[in-house]
Amino acid sequence: MSADGNLPNDRFSQVGRHLPPERRYDLVVVGAGEAGVKAATEAATAGRSVLLVDEHPLDPGLIGLDVPYLFGGRATAAVQTPSRLMEQVFAARPALEAAVESGVELELGVSCWGLYVNGPNLQTLPCPLIGLADLDKAWMVGFGEAVIATGARDLVLGFPGWDQPGVVGARGFSSLVDLYDAFAGRRVVILGTGELAVATAEAARARGLEIVAMVEALDAAQGDPARLAALGAPVLLGAAPVQAKGGVDGVEQLTLRNLADGTEQTLACDTVVMALGLVPQIELLDAAGARVARRAERGGFVPQVEADGRTTLPGVRALGDVTGVDGSDTAYGFAWMQALMAATPGDTLICQCEDVTRADLLDLRPPRYLGEPSAQMRRQSLTRLAEDGPVNQDQIKRLTRACMGPCQARRCREQTAMAMAIGTATALGDIPLAGYRAPVRPLPLKVIGEFAEPADLTNNWDVWFGIPDQWIPYPAIGTDAEPEHWAYIAATKYL
Amino acid sequence: MTGSETPRGASVVVIGGGVTGLSAAWWLARDGVDVLVLDKGIVGWEASGRNGGGCSHYQSPLFAEEQRLWPMMDDLLGYPTEHQSHKIIFGVTQKQVDYYKYIAATIRGHGHQVDDLTGDDIRRLVPLAGPNALGGLYAHTGGQANPQRTVQAYAWALQDHGGRILQHTPVIGFERIGGAVTGVVTPRGVIGCDHVLVAAGPQGGQLMSLLDIHMPMAPARAEMIVTEPCEIMPLRAVDGNGLYGRQTARGNLAYGGGPHEWIDEIAPDGPRARPTTPLVRNLAARVAGLFPRAAHLRVIRSWAGVIETTPDGRPILDRLKDPGNVTIATMSGVGFGLSPASGHALRDLIVDGACSFADISKLGLDRFAGLAPDWRQRKGWLTEASEEFNAHAALAG
Repeated sequence: MSADGNLPNDRFSQVGRHLPPERRYDLVVVGAGEAGVKAATEAATAGRSVLLVDEHPLDPGLIGLDVPYLFGGRATAAVQTPSRLMEQVFAARPALEAAVESGVELELGVSCWGLYVNGPNLQTLPCPLIGLADLDKAWMVGFGEAVIATGARDLVLGFPGWDQPGVVGARGFSSLVDLYDAFAGRRVVILGTGELAVATAEAARARGLEIVAMVEALDAAQGDPARLAALGAPVLLGAAPVQAKGGVDGVEQLTLRNLADGTEQTLACDTVVMALGLVPQIELLDAAGARVARRAERGGFVPQVEADGRTTLPGVRALGDVTGVDGSDTAYGFAWMQALMAATPGDTLICQCEDVTRADLLDLRPPRYLGEPSAQMRRQSLTRLAEDGPVNQDQIKRLTRACMGPCQARRCREQTAMAMAIGTATALGDIPLAGYRAPVRPLPLKVIGEFAEPADLTNNWDVWFGIPDQWIPYPAIGTDAEPEHWAYIAATKYL
Repeated sequence: MTGSETPRGASVVVIGGGVTGLSAAWWLARDGVDVLVLDKGIVGWEASGRNGGGCSHYQSPLFAEEQRLWPMMDDLLGYPTEHQSHKIIFGVTQKQVDYYKYIAATIRGHGHQVDDLTGDDIRRLVPLAGPNALGGLYAHTGGQANPQRTVQAYAWALQDHGGRILQHTPVIGFERIGGAVTGVVTPRGVIGCDHVLVAAGPQGGQLMSLLDIHMPMAPARAEMIVTEPCEIMPLRAVDGNGLYGRQTARGNLAYGGGPHEWIDEIAPDGPRARPTTPLVRNLAARVAGLFPRAAHLRVIRSWAGVIETTPDGRPILDRLKDPGNVTIATMSGVGFGLSPASGHALRDLIVDGACSFADISKLGLDRFAGLAPDWRQRKGWLTEASEEFNAHAALAG
């Protein structure tokens, strides 16, 4: 009656369905920063086939989404034509020339959106795979070994007005200034006084930008006093931004409040640079199932690695800032978040993509497009949910939609975790990581789906498991009509 | 619910805080039954919160109750489910269109209105459809809801009625006296009960083996993708082209379909991982094929869920004869949409011994009595890794 024959394999399963890649390399390196270029060059010099990919110059659509850095709408029109930035990106990294001469195959403007290796509950890949994409198409490459050297991105914390053009992150700022020469601002306020903020200020100064002020929520400056003094910029201690205001082109002024006496001052500026910390870009590794652990003093969640960078994924190493950023202690960012939550109202946005405020998050308020919450709903809250068990960011994002948007939670993941910790009096280290998902770059359907599916898969594609018995109308089960239904479904359903 | 003391027992202990167990517990709590839900992790965390959200299960004996209840669920629960009634299915190949006619006939057989759609009808009703839309159906029934919001709604609603939920509490054994289960064993102690409902999804088979009962099921992993939001379509419950899924109330396109991967066994503490694969590319191509006017939308995530399937792909909803105070449930991978009705049926089985609103006699466990022990091998419902990959892992490891 049913398909209980001695089938060697279920033709509707993934066995044999994942295509072998067109090209394979001994080593694929993701990220052409210092660590990635070094690993690639060494391997190529030793005679191995090496592919080195880097996503810069970026798809301008990603820059608009603040992926991977907080560019904050301060890029000039130059970024709209990435092909014209190719030479500039190459020239900005002198080690690339030597890498190419050593035999490295270099692809710039190519993003890596997925890392796939067999592991628990995934045994059907033909070989380890990496998913790549440019502006027009996506493809897979195979690797014997992979080096993930994806660096770090900006720690982003919200204050009233942070969702307008002109609020940028330190990484977004430095890539626009140094890598692209495409920064559209002139007068910057820098949030933070640590090493990252000092380096940001020095880069700004080197480009002839005006540093209006450096702002520190804590009572003491954090960075090297000599370098801070050499900058000659005003350093405002014990102060936090409480309002950025501006026009259609974004920020025009920033209001700061003295956290001790409540006095406020307003500075004219066109850019606010958040230099409060860096977050290791572990998304490829986390989505692929590598073991990660929180290392507060290294910027948060990092892959578990051996001394040579080996991760818990076979054949995959992690090198450079993705394994943790020296001096990027999450305690500093957390202290800032505490100051911001104390100084600014609950209706401050925490998730730009999904229009979620801090108060929405703590109230577990359903999104506004669902209308006014019911009386029952208004009685729920994050603290009440915490009575049922430890709070989990992945659970909260489903209810509030914070972290569910197209920026893939790059602007909100860390501040949401911090707000949850503060709101429920939980240690930040006890908030589990909100998991990353492939594709770790948001790619258009037509780009990621642009490939020829083998006819054998197309002909054996079913919407759900391919079990005709499952869809036989209940009244027909066990009657004379059942075989007819079965035969019709089996013959017609598979698309 | 913190502290180390053994939790208080309950009249009914529900093992599994998925959508089926939560709905059953909610139905019981509404009736004043003292009910406690145990979950190995967080409620609704597995396939119950990771599915297409469809509420149109015309093949099921619970279909009529599913359709009766969904439009009332927001009011009954007191929390939003994002349910929207009616459903469009359309094809871009003639074969798809032919199969969708079979679905239309089945739904009409239940007495619901179903309109046939031409390509032009589809382009008028579905703004994202394109010139390749060939034909399909508009069912004046069925629909969709938000799985993640709905599972939490059940959880809150059952608590509002006095039911309890204990998360992060796996069940590792049962205590029996004579023909009855008297308690479930957890790392936090033995929790006493008068009746047990096992609604533990892919963990159900292993749990039942602790009672020497064979509840045959094969776990598998299935994948979906989600795009960034776009303009809301007049009816969001639209699928076809070999996909299941929906446009969310936010405007995202969330679709799945295609090959799954069989998994050997799921430990009582749940799946070790829920990985997605390069299938994201096939799914993206199919979504763009269904909605050519959405081809520019960015895919912002993919996800996988682990579901269980019985040998015939049909649910098991059964109150056992021995032990006589154990009721078992698996919806065989199609549980979310039917949950308002499956919970009602389970409440009836537990309280009254029989389902009050539908004949579910063909969903008993006894239909698998003669099942061959190697039924999974015979069906090919197993996964063997390619030799090449194993060799790679051995070298690299």
